[in-house]
Amino acid sequence: MITRLDQLPAKEAISPGHNACAGCGALIAVRQILLAAPRPLIVVNATGCLEVVTTPYPYTAWNVPWLHVAFENAAAAASGVEAALKVLERKGLGRRHNIIVFAGDGGTFDIGLQSLSGALERGHRLLFVCYDNEAYMNTGVQRSAATPPGAWSSTTPAGKQETKKDIMSIVVAHGVKYAATATPFFWKDLVNKVAKAFTFDGPTFLHVYAPCPRGWYTESDKTIQLSKLAVETRYFPLYEVENGRYKINYFVARPKPLEEFLKIQNRYRTLLRPENAELLQRLKQEVEERWKRLEALSQQREAPSSTHLVS
Amino acid sequence: MLRQALLYLMSGNEAIAHAVMDADVDVVAAYPITPQTTIVEKLSEYTSSGMLDAEFVPVESEHSALSVCVGASLTGARVFTATSSQGLALMHEILYIASGLRAPIVMAIANRALSAPINIHGDHSDVMGSRDAGWIQLFAENPQQAYDFTLMAYRVAEDNRVMLPVAVNVDGFTVSHCYEGVRVLGKEDAQAFLPRTPRPRLEYDTPITVGAMFSPTHYHVVKTEQAKALESSLNVVKEVFRSYPLREEGYDVVHVVNRSSPVMVVGLGGVMGTFRHLGRRMNVGVASLRLYRPFPAADLLPSLREAELIVVLDRAYSPGAPAPPLATDIKTLLHTAGLQTPVWSVVCGLGGHEIRLSMAEKLLQKALEAAREGAGANISFYLGEEVNRP
Ligand SMILES: Cc1ncc(C[n+]2csc(CCOP(=O)(O)OP(=O)(O)O)c2C)c(N)n1
Ligand code: SF4
Ligand SMILES: [Mg+2]
Repeated sequence: MITRLDQLPAKEAISPGHNACAGCGALIAVRQILLAAPRPLIVVNATGCLEVVTTPYPYTAWNVPWLHVAFENAAAAASGVEAALKVLERKGLGRRHNIIVFAGDGGTFDIGLQSLSGALERGHRLLFVCYDNEAYMNTGVQRSAATPPGAWSSTTPAGKQETKKDIMSIVVAHGVKYAATATPFFWKDLVNKVAKAFTFDGPTFLHVYAPCPRGWYTESDKTIQLSKLAVETRYFPLYEVENGRYKINYFVARPKPLEEFLKIQNRYRTLLRPENAELLQRLKQEVEERWKRLEALSQQREAPSSTHLVS
Repeated sequence: MLRQALLYLMSGNEAIAHAVMDADVDVVAAYPITPQTTIVEKLSEYTSSGMLDAEFVPVESEHSALSVCVGASLTGARVFTATSSQGLALMHEILYIASGLRAPIVMAIANRALSAPINIHGDHSDVMGSRDAGWIQLFAENPQQAYDFTLMAYRVAEDNRVMLPVAVNVDGFTVSHCYEGVRVLGKEDAQAFLPRTPRPRLEYDTPITVGAMFSPTHYHVVKTEQAKALESSLNVVKEVFRSYPLREEGYDVVHVVNRSSPVMVVGLGGVMGTFRHLGRRMNVGVASLRLYRPFPAADLLPSLREAELIVVLDRAYSPGAPAPPLATDIKTLLHTAGLQTPVWSVVCGLGGHEIRLSMAEKLLQKALEAAREGAGANISFYLGEEVNRP
């Protein structure tokens, strides 16, 4: 269990000077994840903000081997890396590595879902990390299946009407041994989940909530606060599913009002107008139902002892 | 010293699978589609029985098949995939990435018509849609060549002067499912022919960034380099074709009979056997391209110089273009060489449409007549429909 920064096992693998926006939640999460990931390591990255901001040729921010092939196929490309190193090790021509896939919500919930499903079903040993900033940021903030109801995006000018896809349930339905949610404010929870994921022999999944100042129209110094509020409002519960057993890692007994989380994000400006009360109500209901379902699945009703994971 | 080559009865597809086994391939990722399927079935048999020590990745689509191959290839592994038609079309995006990342992948394509209307039989519309993807394109006319070209494909792809993916094309059914005696090298000789050459790869101790973002300043430099690599791979292909251990005389990238006939037929794939058979009897020249990309212009040109009429066979349309794919290449070549030889652009055998001996014979007769009368003109038609001589 990692409880102090100096216990993080690995050296920095992503260098400063990349092109991400100030306060980019994805980059903070990625840095934390890489500090906790066991070595030797290979990173496979889907097309998206992370790929673009870290590799403007002739520069690279990556100090670990890194591969980007395309948008929808990161899980497949990583499957190839994994399969190849397995056989090369057998033949004395290489060695197995730990493999992390980073993909945005678009590269996971939408266009990447098929190749993700294939990789999970085939059982490759890799950790698939979805950094969820709730829209296609790289192409200018278009809606994805991860965009929540009521959120503005450049393709949902009146606020998205549909619900957020439950990617965790989809992943869990594949029978993976370990899937968890995390977000940078709760860094101990995040790094320990990364370390734990690599103890399993097979595919594992991490759904990381990654605030995006550019796409959410928030101040760049609010990223960590948003990461915290997302959990404290029950909007983004921290939980894990280990061999099918659900566990809420941070039990939010008394949630903060959702508005506290929404009002500092200008993408919700329209949603918070009185004429959109009904849509706001739907979002609140979705949040509540998500929590209730988790309570039922985990059979947890009160704060368990694991709250010490909180920083 | 080459040991006694063994002779097996094999289909074109089996010959390819056998070559993949002899090449000691590390990763096979493929998705079934007619008429390629039996390649994948054979290879899963070889891997599960231990005849081939490889990881067989049973992907959920062709898009993922090629993506697996790209990832695997960049670890330094020797990889293989195979597809046809719709599968190749689904791979389209990744074809360009495989060549752009200089991944020495070998893929077999059992050429088949593209939908719609859906049709499972042979023609070249699938590969012609990918001809600009930056792959080396070989065309095998029979199961023996399917075996030989697959092995040679690895030697070419992994050559440090090349580092590009190679496709081995076989006509759907007429070659992929045709049984013949095939001489094989066997594992030991095949691996002596295919030594593993070190190349940059994904490894923690020597971190590299592969697939970075390129600005206009740098993009064109890489793409020009890549185009030049494909162009100059011609010499490597010829070198490898010549030194292939199973054939004393090696292979030519362009195979020609009756070089000095007034009519020269040019084409690709299994149907060239039919034309060669007739060409020998009727004294018509027949040039078969075994290598299509890079285009072996200098090797083909001498057999076109003397001709009074050139008949180009295409098994694909290029709708709206001035000419179908191969005819466009030939016309460009003639123009570059300052020749004004008339060209009959003949599209034939679409969707497995049979090219009967009688049809081919009639075509050659008319072409000979036209050449004799000095009445050659640039015309185009579908074989089997009226030959519209002006
Ligand atoms: C096949 C394909 N379709 C569309 C695109 C354009 N595209 C590039 S990144 C992107 C959105 C990425 O969204 P997400 O996965 O959420 O990552 P983010 O940029 O938000 O970090 C899109 C639509 C592409 N590169 N490839
Ligand atoms: S747009 Fe958002 S996700 Fe992309 S770099 Fe900026 S803050 Fe990060
Ligand atoms: Mg996104």
